[in-house]
Amino acid sequence: MSVTSQPAPTDWQKASYVSAQAADARINLELETEGMILNIGPQHPATHGTLRIVVRLDGEEVIWAEPICGYMHRGYEKLTEVRTYPQVTTLINRIDWLGSFANEVPFILGAEQLMGIEAPPRAQWIRTILFEMARIANLTLFLGDMGVQLGALTPVFYAFRDREYVLNLIEAATGGRFHPNYDRIGGIKDDLPRGWVDECKGAMSKVRNFCDELEDLLMGNEIFQTRTRGVGVIPASIGLDYGLSGANIRASGVDWDLRRDAPSPLAWKEVDWKVWTHPDGDSFARYWVRLQEVREATSIIDQLLDGLPAGPIMTKVPKIIKVPAGEVWCHTENPLGEMGYYIVSQGGLGPFRCKIRSASFSNVSIVPWLLKGVYIPDVITILASLYFILGDIDR
Amino acid sequence: MFLAIELAWWQLTAIKLGAVLTVIPLGSLVLVYVFLFKMMSHMQSRLGPMEAGPHGSLQVLAEAGKFLQKEDIFPARADRTVFALAPVVVIVSTFMLYAVIPAGPDLVVEDLDTGIFFALAVGSISVIGVLMAGWSSASKYSLLGALRAAGQLIAYELPLVLAVVGVVIQAGTMSLQGIVTSQAQGEIFGFGLIGNPFILTQFVGFVIFILAAQAELTQTPFDMPVAESELVAGYMTEYSGFRFLFFFIAEFGTAFALAGIAATMFLGGWYVPFLPDGLLGNLIGPAVLGGKIMVIAFLIFWMRFTFPRFREDQLQAIAWKFLIPISLVNIAVTAVLKVVF
Amino acid sequence: MALVPGVVKGLGVTLRTMLKPAVTVQYPHVKEAPPTRARGVIALKEENCTVCMLCARECPDWCIYIEGHGDKAPPRREGGKPRTVFLLDRFDIDYALCMYCGICVEVCPFDALFWSPEYEYSEVSIADLLHDKDKLGEWMGSVPEPPPLEVGADAKKK
Repeated sequence: MSVTSQPAPTDWQKASYVSAQAADARINLELETEGMILNIGPQHPATHGTLRIVVRLDGEEVIWAEPICGYMHRGYEKLTEVRTYPQVTTLINRIDWLGSFANEVPFILGAEQLMGIEAPPRAQWIRTILFEMARIANLTLFLGDMGVQLGALTPVFYAFRDREYVLNLIEAATGGRFHPNYDRIGGIKDDLPRGWVDECKGAMSKVRNFCDELEDLLMGNEIFQTRTRGVGVIPASIGLDYGLSGANIRASGVDWDLRRDAPSPLAWKEVDWKVWTHPDGDSFARYWVRLQEVREATSIIDQLLDGLPAGPIMTKVPKIIKVPAGEVWCHTENPLGEMGYYIVSQGGLGPFRCKIRSASFSNVSIVPWLLKGVYIPDVITILASLYFILGDIDR
Repeated sequence: MFLAIELAWWQLTAIKLGAVLTVIPLGSLVLVYVFLFKMMSHMQSRLGPMEAGPHGSLQVLAEAGKFLQKEDIFPARADRTVFALAPVVVIVSTFMLYAVIPAGPDLVVEDLDTGIFFALAVGSISVIGVLMAGWSSASKYSLLGALRAAGQLIAYELPLVLAVVGVVIQAGTMSLQGIVTSQAQGEIFGFGLIGNPFILTQFVGFVIFILAAQAELTQTPFDMPVAESELVAGYMTEYSGFRFLFFFIAEFGTAFALAGIAATMFLGGWYVPFLPDGLLGNLIGPAVLGGKIMVIAFLIFWMRFTFPRFREDQLQAIAWKFLIPISLVNIAVTAVLKVVF
Repeated sequence: MALVPGVVKGLGVTLRTMLKPAVTVQYPHVKEAPPTRARGVIALKEENCTVCMLCARECPDWCIYIEGHGDKAPPRREGGKPRTVFLLDRFDIDYALCMYCGICVEVCPFDALFWSPEYEYSEVSIADLLHDKDKLGEWMGSVPEPPPLEVGADAKKK
């Protein structure tokens, strides 16, 4: 013990220490009798970040599981209360750090709704293009990463290699690879640099080649299929009860995609595209749906690039933006699922309160139900196929 | 001996021991460099180590040096004796494998009459080492890895042995030098130039042997015990420094040895047509064997870097329900054909 | 278990990739140039700065430290009053805190801050990541011209 005196702990500190010890003791006590407790995480190669899943094992079979989030909580909702709108836009890029641009869009759209303005068509189209590129960047990483969780070391390198083209394009347009900070209330920051459209088409064809390669290498691989088919089946009703969204629920057969089903000023209705579903609901279905979504995203971007309207990229907005008082809920189909912002504004420079509904938080809530009765390698498969990003869970 | 000097028994043994102790790290380091660093990197569209030495060739030495200078960590609740002995057991098993692999017409440490039987027997000693490592580590992850490993290694011993039986039937001897000779002197439908490498007639046995060797080395797709993304490093998790180096060298040393055994049994070992006798033959023989080892190691590592891993029960199902029945059929067919022809 | 087709195709993919040249770049012997708009470092054009403090206020991290003082400058024409101008004493950006969001560059009404794609300024000590006025002025040498815009853009401002 240290000799120098330290200030006596406050009552609050004492109480929180005791309650933390009690919570751990409760877990240990309740579960000490049967089976072995295993902590998967928070430092573990398989969880996408600092997620801790406590499982109780009987041999290699899981009989009880509980995810413990919060290791990466950064206090986003509190931060939005004390920042202005441009500052919040910059910060929320980092919630789902792989689907970079997609985080900004629902917030900006919500603020625009409150102000009663709409960005010009060119800005909406460019927003959609970047949104789909964020989807590609996010999902290609998933396609490679699920291979790594299952033991295939090579697909993830192909994923990173072909993702670079997309990231370089995002950097050429916005200045940042991972955190574009490109959306503004009323439009977007800069127009595209010359040659971007052609380069983008080239990158899209490379991404399509990557998808074909991955079908041969990983998805068509019998070992992969044996590991993922029938593993972690989520029936549609259970998935909907737990609030799953995105590819997770589409892989259980539910035909629900906010790009088509929710009204949005972005340009999805201008192009021909398809929502992919799969009836099985197992890990293979989730992988398959995301692979098709990447292909679909490349096709959407190609069509958008062909029809990009000319014009300004920003409507008339005052220099200092004060969003009028009101409340708005705005959600979009982000790469991970449904992401939404409930913005409460009281006419100030920044939101009064902003509730962030992130997809991964709901996606991870099904883990206790889903992991009952599965083997440990299947735990990894299931967690990989649900595909959550820790920044999205903990915000 | 071909050297025309009469050496005492102990001098000969010392030379053989020295040779084996040089070959093992050398062989495993070469495998690590060529396949783990370079081939894996090129399959992944990247270059691998390039800075240390020309094209990163000295990286392996740097890695060895790195492991040697690390702190020797014992987990607090580990059983110290068993923890320290486990890597020794594994590496002793690897060393003993090299005692019977012939590298040239006269280059073999001891040409046992039961050569291949001895090799397979000592190869399974490493299972004990793995169990010791996992149990004494006092960590749940290590224990899980060790239990998986024990189940897997024991299950795949059988296809390994049964695949070899076909070769033994065809060669008529268990001595590895004898197997090489019978391939060298064999004929394919009367055409005797390249001998009769058993891969042609024992192709099924070859495939089974390669798959079983893959499992014995706990390489993907059979690397559940060392499932990196689940158990960190399985039974090796708590090891660091030179103890981990022992496991590492043992793994690649065994890969080299098993590839050597496969090359000897299926590809003809050190034999190449028109091999001269005497000293020159004994210099070319190891080079030929080395080349064939590289080919087989290429197959083994190619599979390692391409495929995801099987789950433990699927793994066992493949061994018991698929590989063993096929190898039994292979033995039966070989025996029948041997008698008939 | 018909293992032949899928696994064999997978082996073919890795073999083909092995035979193609690698895509990696041997940094630091070879360096890829980042795009023109890449946000590498912020450069300061001191003569444009009027110490309005907008950048320091809008920074989400408050990583810009500004001190200035007022001074008298000669009048614009003969016989007029001397003008008050504000001059910079201190303009530091702490790159240990900077989020590279670009709000300061965007918000500056006098075009005193610019983005440069320069990224090789790591330091051994974290205190050296505080770039002062002179260092920020040096970065102006690496600020590129804004790239020409794509077809269909309104070639208005900047």
